[in-house]
Amino acid sequence: MFAPDLFSQALNGLSYGVLLFLLSVGLTLIFGMLDVVNLAHGSFYMLGAYAGLATIALSGNYWLALLAAPLAVGVIGALMEIAVLRPLYRRDPLDQVLLTFGFIYLFEDLVKWIWGGRIRSIPPPDLFAGSVTIFGATVPSYRLFVIVFGLVMAVALFLLIERTRLGAIIRAGVYDAEMTAGMGINVPLVFTGVFAFGAALGGLSGVIAGPIQSAAPPMGAGILVPALIVVVVGGLGSLKGSLAGSLIIGQAETFGKVWLPGASMVMIYVVMALVVLLRPHGLFGRPLK
Amino acid sequence: MTLRLLAGAVVVAFVAAFPALAGNYPVKLLHEILIWGIFAMSLDLLMGYAGMVSFGHSAFWGIGGYVAALALKQSPGLVSGFVLPALVAALGALVIGYFSIRVSGVYFIMLTLAFSQMFYALTFQSAWLGAEDGIVGVPRARVFGADLTAATPFHVCVLVVVAATIVVLWRVVRSPFGHVLAGIHENENRMQAVGYPVARYKLLAFVIAGAVAGVAGSLYTQLVGSITPDAFLWTTSGEALLMVIIGGTGTLGGAVLGAAAFILLQSLVSTYTERWMLILGLTFILFVLFAPGGLVGALRGRVGIRG
Repeated sequence: MFAPDLFSQALNGLSYGVLLFLLSVGLTLIFGMLDVVNLAHGSFYMLGAYAGLATIALSGNYWLALLAAPLAVGVIGALMEIAVLRPLYRRDPLDQVLLTFGFIYLFEDLVKWIWGGRIRSIPPPDLFAGSVTIFGATVPSYRLFVIVFGLVMAVALFLLIERTRLGAIIRAGVYDAEMTAGMGINVPLVFTGVFAFGAALGGLSGVIAGPIQSAAPPMGAGILVPALIVVVVGGLGSLKGSLAGSLIIGQAETFGKVWLPGASMVMIYVVMALVVLLRPHGLFGRPLK
Repeated sequence: MTLRLLAGAVVVAFVAAFPALAGNYPVKLLHEILIWGIFAMSLDLLMGYAGMVSFGHSAFWGIGGYVAALALKQSPGLVSGFVLPALVAALGALVIGYFSIRVSGVYFIMLTLAFSQMFYALTFQSAWLGAEDGIVGVPRARVFGADLTAATPFHVCVLVVVAATIVVLWRVVRSPFGHVLAGIHENENRMQAVGYPVARYKLLAFVIAGAVAGVAGSLYTQLVGSITPDAFLWTTSGEALLMVIIGGTGTLGGAVLGAAAFILLQSLVSTYTERWMLILGLTFILFVLFAPGGLVGALRGRVGIRG
């Protein structure tokens, strides 16, 4: 393989990895705070893509979609947390997982009902519609935008969680919710906020993915498994783990397609199995309480 | 007690005589219910008794189906139709279980789900397994001189397998092994501290459930005559989970009841509307929220029937 090809494949893997990071970080934040693995997280990704499509259909503006879709999905997430997850906190956490599983069906069919089942795609913004040549490789400039956007988001999230008062409250809630409530923090509100924020990140990744991967109702369930593999590899509840896992899985998937086209879909599972064998709780994860 | 026995006998007689009373379509629905019931019971052994909520049970259903399809095309016998699918599914469960049982709770959920989707990816990309079209034209087995292609032998065979599954799983949960599983479900750390090799017990439960699910998958492949990668899809696991929840976890018989409710609802709803998935999702949500004990739990609460 020629070096320019290798380079452009690595960039493809990086942009996919960054996309997986935006998605999985919501999953891992929600888990860290609420102890719930939200299996409907892929559905938020799908809802984001369709909310983005709707916004673009109305306004013709990609950047507006990038803002409006996460907000809309965040509101849906908040409503979901308040209406159905909150009553279950006293029950077995597995009940909540089962509940979110039901939402995969619900959201997928709702979207099919409203928008139909055919495949659509979000056009990239005019600014990044072309492509550029780097080191002899032709790269769509939208992919570069995704990489930069994702890395900026990673830094911003890290600063938000590690360096702000709000982040301190969230970390305290993750560590010991009861004690945090004792300090006068409105913990139920923080729970709703974190769930909505995680959902919004899922929606955001759906809009970001739109121009690269087309939108269709089964996309939500389809992206769920790679996102789960990312958190298994990186470790649940860890921001660093989510980033490391995403970048590893992004490259594994992309180079699997190049080097092992006959078995490319299996690559990410092999990586997962290896990590679980060596570190059952992921690269940055801790055994659960 | 006599009342329960009598009711049970009436149900058995009705199910056994059903092909004489109804047409082809209702009989096919009955077979679907019974076969999915076997599958759901094997999942209930994990969920309801061992406390291991697997979101990847479709792996063993699919393995059983594919092994049966390949083997039956070579020689349609008892070994091809039932022994091999059970053995290979058990082997698959041993491998997946080895990885998944190292962790518990949500990690277990994620790993089982991911491994089942790995089989989807594998079969989808394997030309020798028919890739995305799967394997069609699978013949039914020939057991003890009876050709299951004919309606009556197949009906008898399904009944025998259902009965055998109920007896075997019932014996398992009532055995000392089953009580250890229940103990692990209640308090894993304590069982570990008392000196039980917890991981080995969980792995054995996983393998037994996998073998039974493999038989169910094989029977289903023989019923419809084909198998595709979709058998491994998350929806297969999801439907089995829902059947267990509708019926009531930890009741075994409830799983068959759940399968019946699910398949009858599906056939009823799909004649009126295309929104089956929506109704499926809502049923899932409503049962988890308001009827965690399932139908059996509701019956026990109302009528005071004890299990």
